[in-house]
Amino acid sequence: MGLKSKDLLGMKQLTPEEIMEILDTAKTMKMVITSGNKKTSHLQGKSVVTLFYENSTRTRLSFELASKYMGSTSANISASGSSVAKGESLLDTARTIDMMGTDIIVMRHPQSGAPHSIADKLNASVVNAGDGMNEHPTQALLDMLTMYERFDKFEGKKIAICGDIYHSRVVRSNAIGLAKLGANVSVYGPRTMMPIGIEKMGVTIADSVEDCVRDADAVMGLRVQLERMKSSLFPSVAEYAKFYAITPEVLKLAKPDAFLMHPGPCNHGVELPTAVYDCDQSVINKQVTNGVAVRMAVLYLLMARRNNL
Amino acid sequence: MKTILKNCKLVNSDKTEIYIEDGKFADKFDEKIADEVIDVNGRTVLPGLVDMHVHFREPGYEYKENIATGSAAAARGGFTSVCTMPNTNPVCDNAAVVSGIIKKANEVGLVRVYPIGAAGKNLESNELAEIGLMKEAGIVAISNDGKPIATSGFMRKVLEYSSDFDIPVLNHEEDLTISDGAMNEGEVSTSIGIRGVPTASEDIMIARDIILSEYLGIPVHICHVSTKGGLRMIREAKARGVKVTCETCPHYFTLTDKSCENYDTNFKMHPPLRTEEDRLAVIEAIKDGTVDCIVTDHAPHHQDDKEVEFSHALNGIVGLESSFALCYTYLVKPGIITMEKLLELMCYNPSNILKLGRGGMNVGDDADLAVFDLDNEFVFEKDKMLSKGRNTPFDGWKLYGQTVLTMMGGKKTYELR
Ligand SMILES: [Zn+2]
Repeated sequence: MGLKSKDLLGMKQLTPEEIMEILDTAKTMKMVITSGNKKTSHLQGKSVVTLFYENSTRTRLSFELASKYMGSTSANISASGSSVAKGESLLDTARTIDMMGTDIIVMRHPQSGAPHSIADKLNASVVNAGDGMNEHPTQALLDMLTMYERFDKFEGKKIAICGDIYHSRVVRSNAIGLAKLGANVSVYGPRTMMPIGIEKMGVTIADSVEDCVRDADAVMGLRVQLERMKSSLFPSVAEYAKFYAITPEVLKLAKPDAFLMHPGPCNHGVELPTAVYDCDQSVINKQVTNGVAVRMAVLYLLMARRNNL
Repeated sequence: MKTILKNCKLVNSDKTEIYIEDGKFADKFDEKIADEVIDVNGRTVLPGLVDMHVHFREPGYEYKENIATGSAAAARGGFTSVCTMPNTNPVCDNAAVVSGIIKKANEVGLVRVYPIGAAGKNLESNELAEIGLMKEAGIVAISNDGKPIATSGFMRKVLEYSSDFDIPVLNHEEDLTISDGAMNEGEVSTSIGIRGVPTASEDIMIARDIILSEYLGIPVHICHVSTKGGLRMIREAKARGVKVTCETCPHYFTLTDKSCENYDTNFKMHPPLRTEEDRLAVIEAIKDGTVDCIVTDHAPHHQDDKEVEFSHALNGIVGLESSFALCYTYLVKPGIITMEKLLELMCYNPSNILKLGRGGMNVGDDADLAVFDLDNEFVFEKDKMLSKGRNTPFDGWKLYGQTVLTMMGGKKTYELR
């Protein structure tokens, strides 16, 4: 089997079989992480560089640990993500890293499509660690791993996603990936943060947060950036928390064994009351381990493809 | 200088020979006294085409295009007259810049260049540019293309003041308060995470300008219409007798926003490529006469401005060298419109709207003409373009209607080799 493409640019580019292969591989990798000796030799003698044009703590650390647990040499580059940063210099930077013999470049960039614009010009494999509002495939894969550990198949499951849908690359990647595996995704958020035509991506737009969460098998809250208030996408935190947050009452509408996810970092008291964040149904902290496992699986499978060519 | 074109195929005429004397179409004369006899081998001879919306980038952005390369591209496209938009640097908002462009264009001598002046000083929407003085210097219209006229109040003043000088107003329609995106807002922009430019942004401004034109009784010309809704309003306004005219571009009837899926910046322009529904509406509006002109919005850019992330890339594509072939291949060849109709769109109507007096092929008219090969397919290749810009979405397209020869005032300005 293995992956078809040299790069992981998004869930759009993956087949259902490839998604399942990554998830199955990640389950194995999770055993490595939870074992006493977190060391494999899958990436021995290989190099992984993270190139981040946007700040991120957890995604970057998660990739870095994933590559180190598998024995690779890794380096991290933080570049300025100013809005005038030109793609030409992005390509120049990427080519330089490529020429140094890098096997995999893990890249985050504030512009949608930035990794796509360099991937076919490089020898290295490119892993998209988040591009603008487009995709964040390894986040979706870790969310899906979290679900996969709790239900054996995705078909017919209802996944509720609430919050700022418009700006969220996590939603796009999850919606695409979950739809490919036959799950039903329901989304809800302020209409000012609901992108036109989202239903064409195979999701259902709910009428209310209650409607969205009702009978869901899994519930996901999304981070609301408080800057959005200034651009009139919602009037106040109080109003957001009242009409759009996943409260304990709302969460009760989900199936009894449903669980709550959040890609983090969470604004306590805005999209989730702290009581919900910490409740029994919350798997938010457990997800972090899955992040490392999924990234190990992705790096492993991409490297296997490189080795076989 | 006496020239004869032999074995011509003309539209609406059985004549097979064209006589040119001292730059004008002439009565038949003896082949023996001709300085040159050109055998066009049964190819189709049309009046030289007119493009009322191009960007030649000079002065100021000569690294993208200049008057010489833009003129050469126009000639290669079969154009003998073009109107250049004022968003140069400095902006063409005063008589000195107008004169400079005309002088340079005359020196180049490959196409008739009619400058368009800015409506507002520095393309801003607060102070009127010197429209009267620019008219004396040679402008044929005014426009703030590239920087939409932001308020109804300023648009009203522009329409009123320019009407004193009988100068047409051409407007780029975009409400920037609901448009901060890089492509059409819709299912594709949502899927690939690019901020959108809604059709409403264009339609709101088209509505505003129709309302002002009707209220004031002053003509308005709507630039590069891309939306179904905009065309519907223009159709209704025309039926009511409002003096509104409009143009569209070949990319709006050949491409849709689906082409942006791979973040290829050669599909990025303003207005953006719309949906299939809009594309079909553009074709319908071309057919039923709602659209008056087809223009290129020729917008050359350097690769440094285009080989960047999609949202950062500058807007626009080159068009002069592909326009006729696209129109012929996608409109005339499939029988959507006749060649006569295409000539209205690409020659007579723009000439009439701007009172250029072009398009005639009668004795005494300037010998502006273009010869096209309508029978043989050719591959449009970006590396063969004479424009400095390489930003075309049509590289590799198989088309009909390659330009064989272009003459302006009886002088060869392009010849296929
Ligand atoms: Zn324009």
